[in-house]
Amino acid sequence: MTDTVDLQRDFAESGLSDEFGQLDRELIGLAPVKQRLRDISALLLVDAARKRLELATEAPTLHMSFTGNPGTGKTTVAERMAGILHRLGLVRKGHLVSVTRDDLVGQYIGHTAPKTKEILKKAMGGVLFIDEAYYLYRPENERDYGQEAIEILLQVMENQRDDLVVILAGYGERMETFFASNPGFRSRIAHHIDFPDYGDDELVQIAELMLEKQNYGLSAAGREALIEYVAARKAQPLFANARSIRNALDRARLRQANRMFAGPQPVAIEDLSIIDAPDILASRVFDAKDAGE
Amino acid sequence: MRVTQGTFSFLPDFTDEQITAQAQYCLDNKWAVNLEYTDDPHPRNTYWEMWGIPMFDIPDAAGVMMELAACRKIHAGSKYIRLTAFDATHGWESIRLSFITDRPINEPGFMIERQERGGRNMAYTTRAYIADKPEGERYTG
Repeated sequence: MTDTVDLQRDFAESGLSDEFGQLDRELIGLAPVKQRLRDISALLLVDAARKRLELATEAPTLHMSFTGNPGTGKTTVAERMAGILHRLGLVRKGHLVSVTRDDLVGQYIGHTAPKTKEILKKAMGGVLFIDEAYYLYRPENERDYGQEAIEILLQVMENQRDDLVVILAGYGERMETFFASNPGFRSRIAHHIDFPDYGDDELVQIAELMLEKQNYGLSAAGREALIEYVAARKAQPLFANARSIRNALDRARLRQANRMFAGPQPVAIEDLSIIDAPDILASRVFDAKDAGE
Repeated sequence: MRVTQGTFSFLPDFTDEQITAQAQYCLDNKWAVNLEYTDDPHPRNTYWEMWGIPMFDIPDAAGVMMELAACRKIHAGSKYIRLTAFDATHGWESIRLSFITDRPINEPGFMIERQERGGRNMAYTTRAYIADKPEGERYTG
């Protein structure tokens, strides 16, 4: 008699297909990230099955680092990750505690350890997300308290792997320097996930999704204008991917409201939720482009 | 003499796993979990020292166990440590659950003192043997 394990059924029962379905719908692009998430989930499902059969398994190390440019969805994915790990039964509560250097590092001697421990206590059973983690380490000041926070983190990451998952996030190059100067972190992190920049069409899709969530829509001309806008904005400095798009849409809504207000009254109900070409074309981004040519 | 008090006082001392389960129950009920310690075992001693502030904003008992481990590092073996859970909801506003997690290795117990009063009346009081020593020097060896 050979026993069998139905991994697909495990997958269905864990509710992960919902989670991934939602991920696909709500997160545009990011193919390598999604693939990595699937890989991790598969490994964890296999591990869970092995555990049921009492085959030796070691608790997997789940600490991760997310690197990528601004606005590529690191925080959003971290939130999802907490949900996924919870579904897989790897964290007990599945909440996300999002912190930066300020929350971990104190201002005077003896302040850092209690502060860091307080955060760790809150994050137990969930995911601790440290945004812009490289700020923890300040090589220019050898008495910086960041080092103390790093040591406590490393200790907990090693000893309480069952209780908490730590995700470090930050911009690619600076994280590299951070890991180079803190080799302890690199070795304790199993999954390094790189977030690629979005393509033009992905950014347009993201914009449409964002508008949809706020009950707005683009007119056909508006969409054309947005495609032009994305191309123009990308060429400019300080482009922050989806974040820039969100800001652009906020400004477009402002202009749309202004246009409605100044235009002929009464206004048709459906016009209230349509972003049209003029709302987008009025952006300064196009001026800069013209001036540059 | 083994001092007992609080919830589950008739049971043997809890293992860490059992403490975790109890703490999780408290947190799930939104009670604030608090750790306290003392070296005065008298049953009417309600003023135990607090270990840190009550934990009302953590979702998982692992955080409680982290604090308990830190408290034990200093006080285990020489103090009583207890876990209490405070329910802040209107109408309760009191301790809902409390149990001793750690006790000194050697508990000398209590003596009863009799005082003869007028008219052949007797007054009784209990006194912990250990209370003869000053605070901080009890249970130390």
